[in-house]
Amino acid sequence: MRTNESLANVTAIFKRELFGYFGSAVAYVFIVIFLLLLGFFTFYISNFFELGQADLRAFFQWHPWVFMFLIPAVAMRLWAEERRMGTIELILTFPVTVWEAILGKFLAAWIFVGTALALTFPMVITVSYLGNPDLGATLCAYIGSFLMAGAFLSVGSMTSAITRSQVVSFIVAIVICLFFILAGYPPVIRMLSGWAPVWLVNIVSNSSFLTHFLSIERGVLDLRDLFYYLSVIAFMLFVNGVIIQNRRT
Amino acid sequence: MIEVNHLSKHFGAKRAVNDISFAVEKGEILGFLGPNAAGKSTTMRMITGFIPPSSGTAIIGGSDILKDSLNARKKIGYLPENAPVYPDMTVRAYLDFCAQIRGFSGQARKNRIEETLEKCFLKEVTHQTINTLSKGFKQRVCFAQSILHDPEYLILDEPTDGLDPNQKHEVRLMIREMSAKKAIILSTHILDEMEAVCTRAVIIAKGRIVADETPAELKGRSELHGAVSLSVKGADTDSFVSDLSGLDTVRTVKIVDTADGIFWARIYPVTPGPQAVDSIMAALSDKRYETVSFFVEQGRLDEVFRSITTA
Repeated sequence: MRTNESLANVTAIFKRELFGYFGSAVAYVFIVIFLLLLGFFTFYISNFFELGQADLRAFFQWHPWVFMFLIPAVAMRLWAEERRMGTIELILTFPVTVWEAILGKFLAAWIFVGTALALTFPMVITVSYLGNPDLGATLCAYIGSFLMAGAFLSVGSMTSAITRSQVVSFIVAIVICLFFILAGYPPVIRMLSGWAPVWLVNIVSNSSFLTHFLSIERGVLDLRDLFYYLSVIAFMLFVNGVIIQNRRT
Repeated sequence: MIEVNHLSKHFGAKRAVNDISFAVEKGEILGFLGPNAAGKSTTMRMITGFIPPSSGTAIIGGSDILKDSLNARKKIGYLPENAPVYPDMTVRAYLDFCAQIRGFSGQARKNRIEETLEKCFLKEVTHQTINTLSKGFKQRVCFAQSILHDPEYLILDEPTDGLDPNQKHEVRLMIREMSAKKAIILSTHILDEMEAVCTRAVIIAKGRIVADETPAELKGRSELHGAVSLSVKGADTDSFVSDLSGLDTVRTVKIVDTADGIFWARIYPVTPGPQAVDSIMAALSDKRYETVSFFVEQGRLDEVFRSITTA
């Protein structure tokens, strides 16, 4: 009984939030910038055409960096806006649990980012036209990218709950995301392995979005990577909930 | 019934609400009054489950807002202060969202929305985006949200704030119409509003209840209650004062103003009531004073409010 009700509540909040995204100009600006940036990095920085390889590595390797800047921008309104407008008082006095509200909002943002990601399909068409890429590996990389986007979003959703200022939420989210990326960034790992014990290096690099994304990107969808992203999301959303329970006004 | 049991709230060292208890039955409209920052909004936020109390609880129709929060919240319609709404939605989409949250689906949902749009005079702006609406309309949209599911318990934080006199009148009519089957708590700092709408008034100051009685009883506390204000033509004020002070029903007589051979006086009886008024009228006709106007004061709420909340 309660399950149906929960589902209905999550759906209602999900729909409202998704319409909120597509009803505002910001959504389209986001999608355009996302596609332009990815295109620019892939073709001009990685020199996609000169590589002479029919795969999408040059394209996917930029995802973590583009996500780092753009996803906090998607997530920053989730709770900060509710606080600023005072509508948080309505949503928390509706017969809806905090978890239903968080999940509904998060899923809407995730689907929105997923849509932007799906709109990069011309890349796949280009590569297929030029050669014979491994489509299974490409699909795998897309799934990995989508999961990573979810992890970035959950960080953004959490920071958005801290403050009524979207700017603060944006900046804090970028800083946290940067840590999650840098922990697996090869130069950082190299520097760390100079003096730190191996187990510490492993813990640090395994806590990074980048490490797990790289392994999925190679075309191996390991359950451990899947589990990693889902547990990051679960943890961040849990913290998100705790923040909202304890700081309401 | 809404039972508020010993609610308290501290923010750090500051006590915003201090041991507040009262109960509201169906059919009652309870006016919640107090100066700004007296703790009105904080109390309402605790009753609706928005902020957790430091101690005490509220029981909404048998459901404890802390222990059985979801069921309690289902029974409540709440209009928060400043009437927050989602500005990027149309009125209809917003109410549709609220109806989904309240568990309506299919045709029932459509009917509820139509009914509410009609009741709150929102028909003409149904498809308008909320941020294009005037303050009065926004207020009504949020009000519509609170009555959409026809709740048994309504909690309204300054429901007429920012409305023009006509709109205020409409909202008050709506509230009174609904009151037969509901228990309503509304906060306000407009005393006339409390008098016009409420069956009972709870006044709080500095987080404590300082009065809990009917508007009439409150007025009875007024210095002015039962006093007779009158104006007399062509008579000497000194002899008037001495004539009327002589009555044993009269406490004091004050001359308020004089102009062009007319003077205005106020007579305070020992005990307010028809007997005192009768004896004053008899005295006036005995001495053949030419009375131009004669008025028995009801008492002034603002005076009572001030003396209670600043004591």
